[in-house]
Amino acid sequence: MTVLVGPADATGPTGRAGYGNEHNEGDDMVKVRRWFPSFLFVLPSIILIGIFVYGFIGNNIIGSFAMVRTRSGRIKAPGGFQNYSSLIGDPRYQHALWNLLVLTVTFVAGTMFFGLLWALLLERGAKFEGLFRSLLLFPMAISFVAAGVVWRWLLSPATGAQAVGLNQLFQMMGLGGLQSSWYSAGRFNMAAMAIPAIWQLSGYIMALFLAGFRGISEDQREAARVDGATEFKLYRYVLFPQLSPIALSALIIVGHMSMKMFDLIYSIAGQSSYTAEVPATLMWTQMFQLNDPTAAAVNATLLLLIVAVAVIPYLIYTNRTEKGVH
Amino acid sequence: MSAATLEADRLASPPVRHRASTKGQKAWRSLKYVLLICFSVIVLMPAYALLVTSFKRQADYDQSTAWQIPAHWSVEGWVAAWNTLAPAVGRSLVMAVIASCVSAMLGSLNGYIFAKSRFPGSHVIFVLFLFGMFIPYQAIMIPLSGMMLNIQDGAPWFSGIPTLILCHIVYGIPICTLIFRNYYATSVPTEIIEASRVDGATTWSAYTRVVLPISPPAFVVTLIWQFTSAWNDFLFALFLTNQSNGPVTFGLNALASGQNPNYPQIMAGVLVASLPTLIIYIVLGKYFVAGLMSGSVK
Repeated sequence: MTVLVGPADATGPTGRAGYGNEHNEGDDMVKVRRWFPSFLFVLPSIILIGIFVYGFIGNNIIGSFAMVRTRSGRIKAPGGFQNYSSLIGDPRYQHALWNLLVLTVTFVAGTMFFGLLWALLLERGAKFEGLFRSLLLFPMAISFVAAGVVWRWLLSPATGAQAVGLNQLFQMMGLGGLQSSWYSAGRFNMAAMAIPAIWQLSGYIMALFLAGFRGISEDQREAARVDGATEFKLYRYVLFPQLSPIALSALIIVGHMSMKMFDLIYSIAGQSSYTAEVPATLMWTQMFQLNDPTAAAVNATLLLLIVAVAVIPYLIYTNRTEKGVH
Repeated sequence: MSAATLEADRLASPPVRHRASTKGQKAWRSLKYVLLICFSVIVLMPAYALLVTSFKRQADYDQSTAWQIPAHWSVEGWVAAWNTLAPAVGRSLVMAVIASCVSAMLGSLNGYIFAKSRFPGSHVIFVLFLFGMFIPYQAIMIPLSGMMLNIQDGAPWFSGIPTLILCHIVYGIPICTLIFRNYYATSVPTEIIEASRVDGATTWSAYTRVVLPISPPAFVVTLIWQFTSAWNDFLFALFLTNQSNGPVTFGLNALASGQNPNYPQIMAGVLVASLPTLIIYIVLGKYFVAGLMSGSVK
């Protein structure tokens, strides 16, 4: 299965032998001696994750509530929840949130669409399937920064005689009407920023769906056909319902990547671009250009909150089956 | 190598069967190949632009012929890009190799415990680890850079690549743990470990004698995954390093954002900076995909 839906607990709880109701101190010692080495194995990682993930998150949250005065005594951040209300009330932050919304909706819809379409084209087998799969997946092997450098050129806003990149290509193909200012202007400009992201991630979603299709036994298709199901009904009622856990994983993966997306935007739009600003890039600007680490901490905390709202229910959902074992 | 449970194997295609087919099915099949070829061409289009531009001479470079193949093929851009990026490529290699080896080892230990030798509370800790994989790194970046600056006060050598190695090890733990834990859960029979425990093996010796010898496939997947993500990282590099001690992504971005862009050099630079991961993808594609499938969340 994909992502977190591992079949780990099918194996049974080895290290938990002797978890009974009887309470006997000697037994307890035996039990502790049994599991304590396991705990020691993981301890270095627990310490590292404890400090670098949870400690730092806590630190960042504390920093976000700080009251800050400039050297001249002017209050720069009022402290407490007012730090939050002043960032949320800031039109610049609202603009970044709007951009994030447009980016995420386009990015998620685009990757899911192409990922599923490509998987459908390949799932019954095709000649040169391995080649097609490798070609469609290859952008995943390239860094966002490297891809961003190319896409910055491809998405140049100039049109007409000055056009370069995609606009120029459209003209050469007689599709001049498709020319666009891409991410550089317009209320929905971030939909254009989603294009390179869709280019990079669709192959990945294809691979997830393809594994899903291949995991469904051929018998089920045969059975549906024997029952007289049309191809459409076969997909609609037999195959697609079984892919919904994969679709959910794909949704969470792409969605949370979109919320964190930094490299690609920074690399395409340049540092501190206002038009292409999302909370993740604004945070960098607040740190290094506006010299306002408190606002950056507030922004980062809110970003974490947005991601957590999507991810925590998912983590609980995918691990629910395992809880049942305990 | 027993790669029985590598997720990528599940992509293995069924045999292509061309049974007696109706006209409709034949039409669908043709349409399918037309679509596949079109999509492949579209996906490759940026790669085409990269390649043709990288082999042009800066002197000949003209935006109006950007999409055409070079009038004069030249490696001038490649040489210029290599000269600019070579030191950063070296730093990135050191960083990605060390970081991926250490986090793979930690991941293997953790994965073994979480799959086969649990302790009270281990499930909760595992889920807490997993959450570390999803967090936006912005949420830890301010305290992290503060800590690095503090360390540098006492140990000035701890800057640039060493800081990034530490970050990639720590923030790589969740995904490495997940890959190994899923691998062990499906390909190490619990009975073998129990039998070895009955024979007196400790947690450690069961790991080294039973679990480790069958781990190579998971190590390959994890090493590739970690190498690729460390190599491709930009966020940590931007916050914690500078152009003189940073990795290749930093160098590439600096190269590409100068005034008067030298496009052949920039595009060759993109390829130089992507070559190691592209080579891994081409040579070890199956394992690369397996990493993606087992929880690629970055």
